[in-house]
Amino acid sequence: MVKVYIPLDMAAVAMGADRLAAAVAQEAAARGETVEIVRNGSRGMLWLEPLIEVETPAGRVGYGPAKVKDVASLFDAGFLTGGAHLLNIGIVDEHPWMKKQNRVTFVRCGVIDPLSVAEYEAHEGFKGLTRAFEIGPAAVVEEVTKSGLRGRGGAGFPTGIKWKTVADCPPGQKYVVVNADEGDSGTFADRMIMEGDPLSLIEGMLICGYAVGASKGYVYLRSEYPIVAKVFQAAIEKALEAGWLGKNIKGSGFDFDVELRIGAGAYVCGEETSLLESLEGKRGIVRAKPPLPAHVGLFGKPTVINNVLSMATIPMIMEKGAKHYADLGVGRSRGTMPLQIAGNVKYGGLFETDFGIPLGVVVNEIGGGSRSGRPVRAVQVGGPLGAYVPVSLFDLPIDYEAFAAKDSLIGHGGLVVFDDTVDMSWMARFGMEFCAIESCGKCTPCRLGSTRGVETIDKIRNGMDVDANIALLKDLCHTMKFGSLCALGGFAPYPVESALRHFPEDFRKPALEAAE
Amino acid sequence: MSGAAQYSDERAREIIAAHMGLEGPAMPILHALQKEFGYVPDAAVKEMAEALNISRAEMHGVVTFYHDFHRAPHGRHTLKICRAESCQSMGAERQARAFLDKLKLDWGGTTPDGALSVEPVYCLGLCAHSPSALYDGEPIGRVDAEMLDEIAAEARD
Repeated sequence: MVKVYIPLDMAAVAMGADRLAAAVAQEAAARGETVEIVRNGSRGMLWLEPLIEVETPAGRVGYGPAKVKDVASLFDAGFLTGGAHLLNIGIVDEHPWMKKQNRVTFVRCGVIDPLSVAEYEAHEGFKGLTRAFEIGPAAVVEEVTKSGLRGRGGAGFPTGIKWKTVADCPPGQKYVVVNADEGDSGTFADRMIMEGDPLSLIEGMLICGYAVGASKGYVYLRSEYPIVAKVFQAAIEKALEAGWLGKNIKGSGFDFDVELRIGAGAYVCGEETSLLESLEGKRGIVRAKPPLPAHVGLFGKPTVINNVLSMATIPMIMEKGAKHYADLGVGRSRGTMPLQIAGNVKYGGLFETDFGIPLGVVVNEIGGGSRSGRPVRAVQVGGPLGAYVPVSLFDLPIDYEAFAAKDSLIGHGGLVVFDDTVDMSWMARFGMEFCAIESCGKCTPCRLGSTRGVETIDKIRNGMDVDANIALLKDLCHTMKFGSLCALGGFAPYPVESALRHFPEDFRKPALEAAE
Repeated sequence: MSGAAQYSDERAREIIAAHMGLEGPAMPILHALQKEFGYVPDAAVKEMAEALNISRAEMHGVVTFYHDFHRAPHGRHTLKICRAESCQSMGAERQARAFLDKLKLDWGGTTPDGALSVEPVYCLGLCAHSPSALYDGEPIGRVDAEMLDEIAAEARD
């Protein structure tokens, strides 16, 4: 029986993976070949999706991007034994894109069957939790603190400190909440880990619950990810069946349950306090801090809220030890960052690497430059609230502090590449428009500022009192930045200000044409 | 979406009751109601308010906050087209505008025959295959004008 891997990853499915899997099964049956089709996660080489992998004695051989029309010729070429074919990319683990990475969070993603507990265990799964049970809750918090892990959701807050705050609250009902509301354009790492290695997230939640004294965990997932919902729900059931969730987990005396909740298309619910409101069944309106969710969180109880990537990295930190993780990276940016390379780029995908790699290397060498073949002009790093970085700053290393020093941010590690056809005043306008659409409305700077921002940029684009209106726009940005309650209004100025700073010529075209 | 059930208070109450054991059940109930009826009818909002012991105004506030919940019957098929930055970097905005113009629709509109609703979506996480779309829950990468036309034609069949 030959094992054939065809991803269930949403990006692979968007490029025809489901139809491809059906066609491979059908063709195999017609030819009397016995194959076992495993629906795995993606390896991250998204430009090759759907990527078929065939298990051979030499390793897993890849074929991609494969279409239904290629299936007959793949069989003819003997792909079940790794035969030569135009789509053959060789041994997948030896591919340069894979070789240049340091996969820590994504070490199992695309490798294992995401819904096989046995395979997860065979790939070091649940070793981190087992060690946590051995060393006890206080030592787990200590270990996470020492690892230097900072929240991968965007804010970069030290994860260990968050956990300690909740652990130090008096015993009683506490919650673990995972923020899987990955709404930033150019990001898909949360989706990929939850589709490709959902048990790592469950294990991370278990370790967290054990460390802080919580018995219930919620995962708040955005509705735009229907495949994640199916895979993750199935993973919860598999973990329950195997005794890794529920009562007295593996005889440890620790009880923990995980529940999946689906959002309803509100970007602001990615902000942690809005997310809590939404989980409670209310409008997703931000809460003023303090009190911190660590003290007064879900249903008023102490709550750890972590991003998917942060939580899914915990098992490996516990398994290999804090030092192993902390030794990676630069400065105060420890460990690895799963970078998501997207937009107008030749080799888009997920590339996990130690902090410190220069931005330009990621865009030009890893990403291969623009897909259109035109010169790259800007990269938006860190989602719709992230700054546009010009080519002149391409030596900037991926490092929280280095980016902050240039009024930019790493956010969730998404990079959206634009070629020289981009109109930066239009992108700045879009940034404000997005904020206006998605504002929860609670605070004035965000609610009114974003709408005023759109109007002001429209005036600038129409050539009306350009200098005065640019000054007004900058003032507005300042107010939003320092007066907003949460990151939606507070960070919306980043794309606008960076566009103004680095691409001023785009705001001074006489009578710009009406947008698009 | 096609196949939605006719609204009845009794069915709505059943759906609500089935979720009352959850902590913070409102969102799961709203999703279940919309799945059953294709939208969240006013009468169901009233039932929810009673069951959750909150005012109807408060319940109305919740339903209207979220982009996903519809207050009226929707098209039989839904096409969500991504408008976010990554898709814009590959010309999505111009492409979507041309498609909407052809259908004489604006964002959020439904064709007069009730076949297709076209909604904006701000990122589907398919950013390495921009522009992208979601048709009745099926993800589509590297969308072009021809594919959009095919979807519009299929929706009307």
